[in-house]
Amino acid sequence: MAEDPKRAPAPDSPEEMSRRKFFVKVGVGSAAVAALGTAAFAYQYLSPNVLYEPSPIVDAGKPDRYAPDSVTMDPQNAIYVVRTGEGFFALSAICTHLGCLTAYKPDLGIIACPCHGSKFNKDGVKIEGPAPRPLPWLRMWLSDDGNLLVDRSNAIAIKQLVRV
Amino acid sequence: MANTVDNLINQVRENRIWRSIFRGGSGESNLRRSLVVQQNVFLHLFSIKSRKRVLEFSATWYLGALTFGTFLILVITGILLMLYYHPSVPQAYADMKDLQYVVSSGVFLRNLHRWSAHAMVFLVFAHMFKVFYRGAYRTPREFNWIIGVVLLLVTLLLSYTGYLLPWDQLAYWAVTVGSNIASAVPLIGAKMRFLMLGGTAVNANALLRFYVLHCVILPVTAVVLIAVHFWRIRKDGGIYPGESDAEVSNK
Repeated sequence: MAEDPKRAPAPDSPEEMSRRKFFVKVGVGSAAVAALGTAAFAYQYLSPNVLYEPSPIVDAGKPDRYAPDSVTMDPQNAIYVVRTGEGFFALSAICTHLGCLTAYKPDLGIIACPCHGSKFNKDGVKIEGPAPRPLPWLRMWLSDDGNLLVDRSNAIAIKQLVRV
Repeated sequence: MANTVDNLINQVRENRIWRSIFRGGSGESNLRRSLVVQQNVFLHLFSIKSRKRVLEFSATWYLGALTFGTFLILVITGILLMLYYHPSVPQAYADMKDLQYVVSSGVFLRNLHRWSAHAMVFLVFAHMFKVFYRGAYRTPREFNWIIGVVLLLVTLLLSYTGYLLPWDQLAYWAVTVGSNIASAVPLIGAKMRFLMLGGTAVNANALLRFYVLHCVILPVTAVVLIAVHFWRIRKDGGIYPGESDAEVSNK
């Protein structure tokens, strides 16, 4: 007698799945898909799309506000505006160790972090302490009306002075 | 006189209202006393009988119970503090100052909350050391030890999230430093910090997130885990070896 191709195989044959196992797999699979979706949903929901934070671009004012060979701190925006003999540059005032606000010590001519004792020179190079990196130089340029602008979100790799 | 009081107590306990609340009723028998524990939603986590030596001070130094006591104080004082606190910038700092100087008993509640928090961290560690040196983490209690470790983490996270809420300089810089430590995790560190703070710096979003964690998510987690922790003490056979279900059935 020829084998009927449409005949269902016996449910207990090893390569076939029982109805119960099939539904367990469907159930577990759907739960896994739902869990992944929930994770993605939660991640997206918890990441704010709009941040009501201050703009990263700071107007540092007219260049002649700054005395020659001076380091001026803007504590509100956490930057230093440094004027050397040749020009200007901007340094981040946020310690590269754990994010504390550093302070300039005019009598020693260094930048020091109060939290864990890192010290930097006026170029942002580390002198001592746990900071892993120098203080980053920030992009600085002159606006059309002659003000110094600093982009705090933009660290520059090549140190360049703004000459006025 | 003593008889009158006893009679009165008995009358109350036989009263229909009392009996409708406490199903076991009163009575002198051990069965009745057992039912009181067994049929109470809170007490049923515990065993219906305890050996005397279990209740002695030397057995546990009551460190677990004291930890739970500080937790209860923290929940009650915390809820009261919430009535005067807005988790917004810069209102949070002003509210904290108001609690200190304007609100009646505000400074008492705030200090009670603060010192209980310190005490709870100390007691959790002391409890852990006591359990460790007594060897009470061994089979069949290893899972309860794990729950205890998670509860330690929850306690520390509660401390850490509570630290930001006064919104003073200490709070701000402590959380700045703490969140930068979190961002040192390889690959996902920066993203983790962003999600934790809800932004790139400690700001209004961070304050609100820490507030929700501190007042809702972490306390609820703690309550659930504490319930399991207590229940497992009974299931694992109390605090002395050889009395768990598994150990008894192996005998």
